[in-house]
Amino acid sequence: MTALEFTLVVLALSALAGFLGALTGLGGGVVVVPALTLALGVDMKYAIGASLVSVIATSSGAAAAYVREGFSSIRIGMFLEIATTIGAIVGALLASRVSTHALAIIFGLVLLQAAYLSFKGQPQEAARVESDALAKRLRMGGAYPVAGAREQYGVRHVPGGFGMMFGAGALSGLLGIGSGAVKVIAMDRIMRIPFKVSTTTSNFMIGVTAAASAGLYLKHGYINPHVAMPVMLGVLGGALLGAKVLVHARVKTLRLVFGVVILALAIEMIVNGITGKV
Amino acid sequence: MDDHQLETIIGQLLRAGVLLAAATVLAGGVLYLVRHSGDRVNYHSFVAAEPDTHTLTGIVGSAAHGDSAAIMQIGLLLLVLTPVARVAVAGVGFLLERDRLYFVVSLIVLVILVFSLLRAT
Repeated sequence: MTALEFTLVVLALSALAGFLGALTGLGGGVVVVPALTLALGVDMKYAIGASLVSVIATSSGAAAAYVREGFSSIRIGMFLEIATTIGAIVGALLASRVSTHALAIIFGLVLLQAAYLSFKGQPQEAARVESDALAKRLRMGGAYPVAGAREQYGVRHVPGGFGMMFGAGALSGLLGIGSGAVKVIAMDRIMRIPFKVSTTTSNFMIGVTAAASAGLYLKHGYINPHVAMPVMLGVLGGALLGAKVLVHARVKTLRLVFGVVILALAIEMIVNGITGKV
Repeated sequence: MDDHQLETIIGQLLRAGVLLAAATVLAGGVLYLVRHSGDRVNYHSFVAAEPDTHTLTGIVGSAAHGDSAAIMQIGLLLLVLTPVARVAVAGVGFLLERDRLYFVVSLIVLVILVFSLLRAT
C-alpha cells in the first residue's frame, strides 16, 4: 500500500467510526482499533495510540458544546478525574507489559459489553435522589436543563463511583479508548446522577483521562503521526457530522446495526487474539 | 466570576484547542502526502520510537526544519495539552470563585497530568 492509499483508507474508516460512534453514543475508539488491526493489519499498539488521540479530539470538541449548555457538571467531573487519571497511568503502564494477544482479547471483551449496551438501549431514567452526607460536603448536587427549566439533582455513593472511575481510567489507558460506557455506569447507576448529566460529564472527562496516559504512549512510540493523522482527522470529522444529523436519525435501528457490527468485531478480535494472529 | 462564565470560557478553550491541533495535524499531513504519497508503507509490526520523535526538543527541532512527521506530532501534542489547559483554567476559575475545595481538587488533577507528561518526555 502506498502512503496516499493508506491515508485515504484510514481516513474513510475513521470518519465512518466517528460518525457511527457519535450517533450511537458509544464513541469512535471502540471501532477504530479493530478496524485498523483486522482490516489493515496495523499493529495493535499503533492502533490504540491513534485511537487515544482521536478520543481526546472528539471528547474536547463535543464537551465544548455540552459545557456551555450547562449539562455537564464541572465539579463532579473534576473530582472523579482524580480517579480516572491515576487509573489511566496504571493502565498505560500495564499496556507496555501486556502482550498484544492479551490486549486483543481484552479489547474483544470490551467490545462484547459495548454490543450488549447497544442492543439493550438506554436505561429508564431512575427517580431523583437527595445527596448523601459525603456528596453534600463535596457540593456535588446541581441543576440541569429539563424542558426549558432547571431541575435539581442529588448525588450518592461517591466512594463506589470513585472506585469504578479508577477502573474506567485503567481501561482507557490500557486500550486507548474513552471508556465512556463505564464512566456513565459509575455516575448513572452507582452515583444516581441523571442520565443526560452522566453522559455529558463522562464525555467531558474522557479528554483529561486520555491525556494522562498520552505521555506514556508518546514515550513508548505508540502515537505514530502517520497513523494518528488520518485517524484523528477522520474520527473528528465523522463525529462532528454525526452530532449534526443526530436529531433526524433513527437511532434505534442504527444502534441495532451498530451492535451487530461490534459483536462481529468482538468475536474476531478474541479469536485472533487466541490464535495469535493479532 | 460565576459558574456560567467559567463554563463559557472552558467551552471556548476546548474548541480553540481542538481546532488549532486539527489544523496543525492537517498541515503536517498535507505536507507529508505531497512529499511521500508514493512511498510503500505498512504498520504491521511495532517499532519502538526514535528519540527525536518523542522528546519535546527533538520534535520542535525537526518541525523547525520542515519535517512533516514532526509538524503532525506537534499538532497531536497541542491536542494532548488541551485538556491539561482546561484543568488549569478551571482551577483558576474556582480560585476566583473562592471555591477552595475545588481549587485543590483541580490542582491535584493538574499535578497528576503534569507528572505523567513530564516523566514521559
